[in-house]
Amino acid sequence: MKLNMDVDVHHLTRVEGHGNIVVRVREGKLEEARWDVVETPRYFEVMLKGKHYTSAAPLTSRICGICSMGHQLASLRATENAFGVVIPPAAEKLRLLAKHAETLQSHALHLFFLAAPDFLGAPSALPIAESHPEVVQTAVRIKGAANRMATIVAGRAVHPVSLHVGGVQRMPKELRELKDIMARTLEDLLAVVPLFETFSIPEFTRETEFVSLEGNGHYPWIGGNLVSTDGVQKKEQQYLEMTNEYLDKNNTSKWARLSRNSFAVGALARFNNNYKSLLPEAKSLAKKLGLKPVSHNPFHNNLAQLIECVHVVAEAQKLIAELEGMQNEPTMAEEIKPSKGQGVGAVEVPRGILYHHYTYDADGRIKKANCIIPTTQNNANIHYDMYDLVDQFAAQGMDSTQLELMCSMLVRAYDPCISCSVH
Amino acid sequence: MKYLGIEPKRLRVGVFDFTSCEGCELQFANKEETLLDFLGAIDIVNFREISSDQGKDYDIAFVEGSITRSDEFARIIEIRRQAKILVALGSCACFGGVNALKNAYNLTDANREVYGTAPRETLPTRAIKEVVPVDMEIPGCPVNKDEVERIVQHLIWSIPFNFPEHPVCLECKQRFTTCVFEKGQLCLGPITRGGCTAPCPAGGTGCWGCRGEAAEPNFKEFSKIAHERGFSDLEISERMAFFGGFEGEK
Ligand code: SF4
Ligand code: SF4
Ligand code: SF4
Repeated sequence: MKLNMDVDVHHLTRVEGHGNIVVRVREGKLEEARWDVVETPRYFEVMLKGKHYTSAAPLTSRICGICSMGHQLASLRATENAFGVVIPPAAEKLRLLAKHAETLQSHALHLFFLAAPDFLGAPSALPIAESHPEVVQTAVRIKGAANRMATIVAGRAVHPVSLHVGGVQRMPKELRELKDIMARTLEDLLAVVPLFETFSIPEFTRETEFVSLEGNGHYPWIGGNLVSTDGVQKKEQQYLEMTNEYLDKNNTSKWARLSRNSFAVGALARFNNNYKSLLPEAKSLAKKLGLKPVSHNPFHNNLAQLIECVHVVAEAQKLIAELEGMQNEPTMAEEIKPSKGQGVGAVEVPRGILYHHYTYDADGRIKKANCIIPTTQNNANIHYDMYDLVDQFAAQGMDSTQLELMCSMLVRAYDPCISCSVH
Repeated sequence: MKYLGIEPKRLRVGVFDFTSCEGCELQFANKEETLLDFLGAIDIVNFREISSDQGKDYDIAFVEGSITRSDEFARIIEIRRQAKILVALGSCACFGGVNALKNAYNLTDANREVYGTAPRETLPTRAIKEVVPVDMEIPGCPVNKDEVERIVQHLIWSIPFNFPEHPVCLECKQRFTTCVFEKGQLCLGPITRGGCTAPCPAGGTGCWGCRGEAAEPNFKEFSKIAHERGFSDLEISERMAFFGGFEGEK
């Protein structure tokens, strides 16, 4: 039978920001399959011009409410690299702990509230609170633990207030409490694994290039070299050669490419490039879930996120123990002297690698700014994935309702942060 | 008892976003200790970010973000038509927030800078009240979830709620936070409206004025103090412009 099919999703639900799905199949032949980002641009790079260096992190934080911590960390790192500021070891640990709080919060939000409803056949997590109350209670507790950690370490979960150029404003007093919370969270995470094992992950693969930071014995989060599964290696400052942004007429977000016409960043990319550096708890979960590098199934990003949750909680426990022995150490650099020059900060935020790049004048005011967002890097890849997915699944005789769900689930698997990608 | 024309039962709520970072609507899913009870007290009929249900029968619309493109006009007008009560959620919605910083630049140049020869449509940033009438405003970047809860309780059960107008300093003192001026930082706490519980000074950062101006702020006295501590007019005015909340001044 020759099929005609149309999918037209205007403003996809359960994703951050505004994007549309358009699919057209005529007589069994795929004519069009598009992922269009239509978010309103805010022009952050323009607003940053002329701003004092102390405003850069608070301003770029507002690019995204979900990954505000990551934006601040990339922003601070870019400024510190430009001025040659070295932050004290205690501040490095606190920042990584704050980073882990965000990763856990964001992954938990995505896994339980945005992605899981599709696998359980619900429109949202609200009915799941009735059908699977224990799961939702556990999910809420995990997210609460993440936000509590963010508040203790960085002063607030959404748009944190304690991270400054030069370090972190204060050493938290509640490390003891945090230790207990993280121990309980690890148990909570392991308790929800059986549910994820019941999810039927769509069988779809498309050979993809995966880009992330390179871990040198440590699963990477803040700074370092850039790598891809196609063998590209660059320094942090060479990020432009890794991203190659260009414009697509249907999108307010830019697109990016490297060795192929698109690439992917995010939890699965980090997992694919740095599986070896995962902590044992996370590695054994990967084995349990049967996820091995390199996976080319974009739906596996959900599993990679769950594995990363376990990794960051296990690492948070180590960091807290180390910080308990550093209570009296400084958390701020002694001196911050603005100087003319430029700096890049690369940080692995929940959805992938984020770059901030600032050029400063001698007074510490920004002359030029560039922010390259993970979802910006993923948008072209989502688009090409969708084309192949529709092609494969339509050929298998999937109807348009199922196809719409598959396309929506594909986009959600990337956990896109759309307003962020346009900024 | 009816209040603002609404029966006191589970409120049918819609949450909508315009140009924003979506951090304020994220606060709806935060404060986990009361989250399930909070969600139990309201009936969410439309909240695109967390649900595929997109009902139109909401009584209360919480609107996040500012208006910066022509297609957003039609959407906000439709929401205003449907909602019995429209609440502006967060500084972007109340007074433009950081989005309004772009209004200081030439938008044609801004477009060229970001999109080169393929400019995208954009308008000067407007607060929601500049486009449609707004019944209530919850400022903050992000909003304080406690305050959202109290407003919802106020709307369901008519529990009295007064928008705080006192300055942030008062709440800062209640937490016994060391004043950040002592640490050499600028703080807008004396002239900014409280209600946030002063998380910024407690976290080691001066107040940036995200909630807008307090009742009868004494700008003169504030400038004098800030000058004495070595802060310039430029620093003060840049700080006040950051969230766009000091509409009367500068
Ligand atoms: S007010 Fe702040 S937190 Fe809320 S949407 Fe606007 S930028 Fe985000
Ligand atoms: S830190 Fe700011 S808000 Fe707190 S007392 Fe000092 S001036 Fe007031
Ligand atoms: S202290 Fe100031 S900047 Fe911080 S939340 Fe309160 S009003 Fe906003």
